[in-house]
Amino acid sequence: MILDIAVQGAQMVLVLALAPLLTGFVRKVKARLTRRQGPSLIQPYRDLARLMRKDAVVAEGASWLFRAAPYIVFAATWVAAALVPTFAAGLVFSWSADLIAIIALLGTARFFLALAGMDIGTAFGGIGSSREMMISSFAEPAMMLTMFALALVAGSTQLATVSSVLATPEVGLRVSLAMALIALVIVALAEHARIPVDNPATHLELTMVHEAMVLEYSGRHLAMIELAAMLKLVLYISLIACVFVPWGIAPSGAGLGAFAAGALLWLVKLAAGGFLLGLFETSIAKMRVFRVPDFLGVALMLGLLGTLLLFVSRSL
Amino acid sequence: MQAGAALLVVVGVLLGIAALAVALARRPRAYRIVYAASLAASLAGFAIALTALLSNAASFVVLPLGLPWVGARFAVDALSAFFLAVVNLGGAAASLYGLGYGRHEEAQHRVLPFYPAFLAGMNLVVLAADAFTFLLSWEFMSLASWALVLAHHREAENRRAATVYLVMASFGTMALLLAFGLMAGAGGDYSFAAIRAAERAPLAASLALVLALLGAGSKAGLVPLHVWLPLAHPAAPSHVSALMSGVMTKVAVYGFIRIVFDLVGEPAWWAALVLIALGGISAVLGILHALMERDLKRLLAFSTIENIGIVFACLGLALAFRANAMEWAAALALTAALFHVFNHALFKSLLFFGAGAVLTATGSRDMERLGGLIHRMPATALFFLVGALAISALPPLNGFISEWLAFQAILQSPALDGWGLKIAVPALGGMLALAAALAAACFVRAFGVAFLGRPRAPEAAEAKEVDRFSLAAMAGLALICLLAGILPGFVIDALAPVTRLAVSGAMPIQAELPWLSIVPITEGRSSYNGLLVFLFIAISGFGSAAVIHRFASRRLRRAPAWDCGFPVPAAATQYSAGGFAQPFRRIFGATLFAARDEVTMPPPGDMRPARLVTIIHDPIWERAYVPLAGAVDRLAGSLNRLQFLTIRRYLTLVFLFLVALLLVLALWT
Repeated sequence: MILDIAVQGAQMVLVLALAPLLTGFVRKVKARLTRRQGPSLIQPYRDLARLMRKDAVVAEGASWLFRAAPYIVFAATWVAAALVPTFAAGLVFSWSADLIAIIALLGTARFFLALAGMDIGTAFGGIGSSREMMISSFAEPAMMLTMFALALVAGSTQLATVSSVLATPEVGLRVSLAMALIALVIVALAEHARIPVDNPATHLELTMVHEAMVLEYSGRHLAMIELAAMLKLVLYISLIACVFVPWGIAPSGAGLGAFAAGALLWLVKLAAGGFLLGLFETSIAKMRVFRVPDFLGVALMLGLLGTLLLFVSRSL
Repeated sequence: MQAGAALLVVVGVLLGIAALAVALARRPRAYRIVYAASLAASLAGFAIALTALLSNAASFVVLPLGLPWVGARFAVDALSAFFLAVVNLGGAAASLYGLGYGRHEEAQHRVLPFYPAFLAGMNLVVLAADAFTFLLSWEFMSLASWALVLAHHREAENRRAATVYLVMASFGTMALLLAFGLMAGAGGDYSFAAIRAAERAPLAASLALVLALLGAGSKAGLVPLHVWLPLAHPAAPSHVSALMSGVMTKVAVYGFIRIVFDLVGEPAWWAALVLIALGGISAVLGILHALMERDLKRLLAFSTIENIGIVFACLGLALAFRANAMEWAAALALTAALFHVFNHALFKSLLFFGAGAVLTATGSRDMERLGGLIHRMPATALFFLVGALAISALPPLNGFISEWLAFQAILQSPALDGWGLKIAVPALGGMLALAAALAAACFVRAFGVAFLGRPRAPEAAEAKEVDRFSLAAMAGLALICLLAGILPGFVIDALAPVTRLAVSGAMPIQAELPWLSIVPITEGRSSYNGLLVFLFIAISGFGSAAVIHRFASRRLRRAPAWDCGFPVPAAATQYSAGGFAQPFRRIFGATLFAARDEVTMPPPGDMRPARLVTIIHDPIWERAYVPLAGAVDRLAGSLNRLQFLTIRRYLTLVFLFLVALLLVLALWT
């Protein structure tokens, strides 16, 4: 029992501690691919520390919601990230929220962030909120349908069970899983405000979404929002990894060796995911905003097709 | 005393209050007496119904009312006890709200007598145990609510709403009348017990099902019978809007469940498919309409269509599972539907109360004239936010639980037979997920435009917080929303007798599970724990705030908004409700609603402002209802000639008709 709680605690701390590193790694990869030196790997930690120490400058018309939202966004994202199996499967609280609840927790975070964007009453905040909700109105159903496909293959919506079932050789290669993978990657790119949907490096540009929403934030509030965004990246890569590359995740009650091996393997998965993300982002251009529904529509259709195939036959 | 008899006493008291209100209505303080008495009666009704539901005690009462040789039968079983609890809870909240809100009502004598009568009517529909009493109560409920819709009759818009409502309500009652006629058959015994026991031909059963769907669906606001709902619900005073949207639609759902799950027997195979299709379409179309709407109360009315769609889709799933002898899955789907009925009654009432508070404080329902109310009305804003989160199906609130149960039910359905279902159910999953995501967008827009930002009109800048009765009603509903989201197991357990009655199965007992989780089937398949999720979010949110304030920085500076260096002080530069909806209008509205944005730009040098006009069409209204109304008009015009015949011709007509009737009778037997 104590070991279980320790593992759960370790997971919570690990996802939080590694999140800035992963973001730094992706930035480094992108910089190297464009033949730049790029900032050091630990630059995101320095940024966060600096932001947290600074005064928070809050606009005059801001309400309590503006000040509370960063903590709510961070808390909901952190809880969601802590419940995804990363290096160990049988987390002691993993049954308290299944796949659907994890998606919905991210929805709660997004709801508050979009509201915070509208709180000051500026045009930038509104445009960001409106577009964020537009993107999520496609991404969320696509994600949900993908989850249906996974849940139907595994016969469970518990992420730990899904992961352990998909690790068994009986599952094999399936059309529906391939569709789910593509859909999930598209959704992850959109939900994490990545190219081609949004550009995390941009500023002062009318096409931006996420950055427009958080434009008024500064200091510790901005740090919490940035940290939540970094956590979301860890969450999505871990989610894709634990479903599609589920090998090496330590089962519940395993020894310390298995946990260490699982953690090491998880780091490798994160690094691979981060590298692929950087590679993808440097090789593609950003879409204009009304192309995004088409892009996400592909994910929606793939998710629906995958689920439909599983309704037709359990073995597809 | 039996629950049935006790509830009839409550109904009698409510009717007495209505009679009293007729006498008192002109006095300025009458509203206090009427609403306080209605509150007491509703609370008593809620307590009785809840006790009956938890103890699962059935009761039956016959009163010597109505037709002399028929009498009026009333009964309470688990199904009606649940709906009576919902009706009276909603009634109690609305009465409490009315205690404060009633002061602002100008047409007291047009509201007070009908309000308790409306509550009594809804109770009677659910209590009725024969077709005659059911239809009479149904019509009584419709007429009482119609009178309330017409309370502010000087506005042409409200008169039009009341006319459309009256036509649709009559149509619905006629459909139900025919449904009961078909079910009772030629024997003429209209008691529910006799209808339940009777054998009927498959064709008659199918026809009765379609008619029940038309009758109850038109009252509930199922697409394409929804057209009256967004007109009539917002026209009534706000607490009545809450009752109509939150509670009366649930009475319609009750009528449908009673007929289809209890009375008509095993329905045809396509019934589930029809329900799933209509439910999914209602959910998506309703929320898309809401997303484009700028009137706050109409937005809420459109979102009712969405929620009714979710309920009917879950009912369809339950029917499909029951037809396939999967009782546990049918119980899961029906629990999802009933849980959503309960949830929607709570948060829709809460949101209508919030909209009513905004209306009294600012005099406006138009979101383009609101803004910044979170500063002027902090408590209303907080409660409205809880309602918005709950209706957007976000954890840890209650809306998420019913959505989650619905998704769990969908995941059980690959085992169903029939290709139609195999294709319709995954599509339904996609539609429900789409509707949930769009609902989140819709309520970010509603809350963000009305309560956040800066005031867009002077009325909004000078708004004052509403009275404490209204706030108490909102606070109570918000608290129940939160509790039902954190401890859903108790609600699910309370629903077990209802599902046992309707689909002869029930979900596993939830109260004994560790940590108060909910487990729909087995723990290996899925589980959710609202309590832990809520605690985790609260602890990590407050914990991180405390750590940062303690170890990093807690200083705060106020400064003008940054806005990329070009802040404009005019409130009109904010994102408007129309602007927020623009991407959705462009993506969904262009095809579904033929939405267009027309921009008139004055030529250079002209100082007139540019204008943007948004045009949205309702295809169902324009393609179905307008031609239908035209056809009825033309038919009435041509039949008008019958009015000016000579007596000879009238006699000939009567004679011919009599012969035709006798011929039909002769051929029938």
